[in-house]
Amino acid sequence: MPRYTLKVNGQDRVVDVDADMPLLWALRDTLGLTGTKFGCGMSLCGACTVHLDGEAIRSCVTSVSEAARGAITTIEGLSATQKHPVQEAWLGEEVPQCGYCQPGMIMSTAAMLAKNPKATDKEIDATLGAHICRCGTYQRIRRAVHRAARAMTGGPGGAGGAGGGGGANGAGGPGGGR
Amino acid sequence: MIPLVKVSRRDFLRVVPAAGAGLVIGLRLDGRRAAAAERTAAGADAGATGAVTSGAAAPFSPNAWIQIAPDGVVTLWVAKSEMGQGVRTSLPMILAEEIGADFSHVKIEQAPLDPRFGDQSTGGSSSVKDSWGPLRQAGAAARAMLIAAAAARLKVPEGTLSTRGGEVVQSKGGKSLPFSALVGDAAALPLPKNPPLKDPRDFTLVGKTPPRTDTPLKIAGAATYGIDVRVPGMLFAAVARSPVFGGTLARVDDRKVKQMPGVRGVVTIGRGVAVVADTTWAAFRGRDALEVSWNEGAGASESSAGLRERCDALSRTPGKAVRSDGDVEAALAKAAKRVEAVYEAPFQAHAPMEPVNATAHVEKDRCTIWAPTQDPGDPLKQIMTITGLPKEAIRINVTFLGGGFGRRLNNDYIVDAVEISKAIGKPVQMIYSREEDLRHDFYRPFSLHRLTGGLDKEGRVVAWRHRLVTTSIAAWDNPSIANPERDEIGGAFDVPFAIPNVQVEYHAADSRVPRGYWRSVEASFNAFAVQSFIDELAAAAGRDPLRVRLDLLKEDRRIPYPDPTLVQDTARLRAVLESAAKQGSWGAPLPARRGRGLAAHFSFATYCAQTAEVEVSPEGAVRVARVSCAVDCGRVVHPGLVEAQLQSAIVFGLTAALKGGITIEKGRVRESNFNDYEVLRIDEMPVVDVRIVPSDAPPTGIGEPGVPPIAPAVMNAVFAATGKRVRRLPLDAGDLKVS
Repeated sequence: MPRYTLKVNGQDRVVDVDADMPLLWALRDTLGLTGTKFGCGMSLCGACTVHLDGEAIRSCVTSVSEAARGAITTIEGLSATQKHPVQEAWLGEEVPQCGYCQPGMIMSTAAMLAKNPKATDKEIDATLGAHICRCGTYQRIRRAVHRAARAMTGGPGGAGGAGGGGGANGAGGPGGGR
Repeated sequence: MIPLVKVSRRDFLRVVPAAGAGLVIGLRLDGRRAAAAERTAAGADAGATGAVTSGAAAPFSPNAWIQIAPDGVVTLWVAKSEMGQGVRTSLPMILAEEIGADFSHVKIEQAPLDPRFGDQSTGGSSSVKDSWGPLRQAGAAARAMLIAAAAARLKVPEGTLSTRGGEVVQSKGGKSLPFSALVGDAAALPLPKNPPLKDPRDFTLVGKTPPRTDTPLKIAGAATYGIDVRVPGMLFAAVARSPVFGGTLARVDDRKVKQMPGVRGVVTIGRGVAVVADTTWAAFRGRDALEVSWNEGAGASESSAGLRERCDALSRTPGKAVRSDGDVEAALAKAAKRVEAVYEAPFQAHAPMEPVNATAHVEKDRCTIWAPTQDPGDPLKQIMTITGLPKEAIRINVTFLGGGFGRRLNNDYIVDAVEISKAIGKPVQMIYSREEDLRHDFYRPFSLHRLTGGLDKEGRVVAWRHRLVTTSIAAWDNPSIANPERDEIGGAFDVPFAIPNVQVEYHAADSRVPRGYWRSVEASFNAFAVQSFIDELAAAAGRDPLRVRLDLLKEDRRIPYPDPTLVQDTARLRAVLESAAKQGSWGAPLPARRGRGLAAHFSFATYCAQTAEVEVSPEGAVRVARVSCAVDCGRVVHPGLVEAQLQSAIVFGLTAALKGGITIEKGRVRESNFNDYEVLRIDEMPVVDVRIVPSDAPPTGIGEPGVPPIAPAVMNAVFAATGKRVRRLPLDAGDLKVS
């Protein structure tokens, strides 16, 4: 089998797998990064969302060979201390119930807000409408996205985020791999 | 792990001798299976303290423990599965409150299945309801022992001492001693007989909304679900199963598959053919490449359309009368107006976001399982049979659950994983694809309801007949069961309206489609029929649907429930109905093609009412703009969790009402994945406002009672908006199109 070097959360990781194996399974089963979840295998639910060069992608339909071309960020690497403003906002709004879909939700939100920190409700719908939360945490997710956006832009109420760590934290947003 | 001892005493609390472990108290919390057993036992009288009395009725075997360690940290060991409902927060809160511990120093540990400890199931919206009494009593016992130890130490009367923030404190600014200084002495004391419970007026934690203890793990991708279990040397497995329910393996050719990269073996198990591989993906690929054929058997002729016809035919004949008040036939015969309607709700899958999976390691002398299960005790006998091991050699570790909704009360997947691990001799994680998860579920039963009502000349409801036909859950487990209606009639049997002539009849319809408990069970379809039909009767009488309901509920009555431990109180139902109507601005004008509907339903000992406001497009698309929800679930431990569970239940119920169902064709499930089994997404989320009606009654269920009212509330709103009645779920937009 071919060998690929994947740049994951800032580290080079060598995997020896089929070229068409989806990135999801290389992350989970080969590299042991289980924070990225399997939900549908068809890019229908968003549970497997990671960043490839800062873009939110569905790792269940992205092959390892394709993913090897860029820098991958998973939920484990979103921030060194798990204090990314989106995570802080999720904490502050008490979003998760079972929590299984939330790494994907958080990764999509982080990528969206990095590009568009003033995302409107319509834009939130467009991005997160590609995700499924079977527990139905949507109302709190929406509040958390706005809370994270305020924190990332230093807007009013931003500093009121969980832990008060909001403020001018935009630089902590997701770039490509770091 | 705390030291455990085998105890056998007709008690519900017991101090467990545990050298060096501080103060350890074993207690008993009963789950769904114990509750069901109690229901069927003659003369069961449990009421609000059911868990406690049932614990006393059986030889004492604790299934939960509290420990106050020498460092003062309080740990609760409990086998309640965390599947989103927040038990790792709510249960320690109850304990911390009663002991007077500092909540930030209370830990909860997931107890593994220990066969000595009996029922460890999580279901029936029972975790807080059934733990409330026992946890408070255990907490009160620990508090009394700590206070007694402190009184001896300080040489003061016990009555001058109380606990707060992890310390025993003397009144009027006296001395204080931390728990850590007292546990050694306290553990040597006898367990107090009837330790006084805290006066609820003194609660400082129960009723507040502290942060959930599991959120930090869940936002970091660090919570270990079943699918995340990693064991050295483990392999991954996928199973080819008969697409037709009840089919058996005819032939398999695995020669090609065995040569595929990453594939380590192919084994035949009870439910199909397993491909075992180095990765999940290789296992899926191998499974898909198997050349396999099935003896489909008689099940291949089953279809949803055929089932509908059979149920409809049954509904035209009298069924088993489960409730008869007055003389319904005579009242219908002389009614001034007679109304009849047929409602239908399809099979539904659970579709938890974490597909069904389990990890098993069968070794010569032991078997270890890691599984996201709601009931680790359920598969024990089957595991013993497969492995030939005694129960003491079997350990089941319960992980976080990526959703449950009742699916994980059935443990077929654990059995599969055990069979595969035994055959291959290695630890194996068996996982379903989403397609298998949808196609090999234990579905919410199919139901058809024929409702017939009679009105007198003044438009008062004088007769109500409900003929209910379902593919019974109990009959799936046991086709010859004498009471197939066991899990089918709640919500129909106990129709709460003051109607002089009521008859509820039941028919079981045969089916090979597996059935199981689906969030709120039969309440989900019976509330749809009952709360829609009362609206139809109101419309037939030309009256306001809220007014009609309130009139039929205006006297305070207590309505028996199929579960004899539960009684419905019409005053409490009325209160939530009035609240939801007010929250939802009932009666305020709305533009064209917008409407409001309401429903109120009692389930899991909780009262829940909802007002839905909908907008119906000219094409017939229904948008639910707002849901106003009122609930009376007794005393609330954590209001934030209650709100979250109701929002969650409303989304769950909306998905079933608006989106899809499971359709059977040629004995197999037509739907395959989230493209054709759609679920509600964020852009369709209504604004949900929740009001908790204050109550001093003991806590009741909250995970499920939000589901039953939503479908009828929405369909009643659709009627208000369009004049069209939706009687078959899920809604078909084509029926509501402006022609």
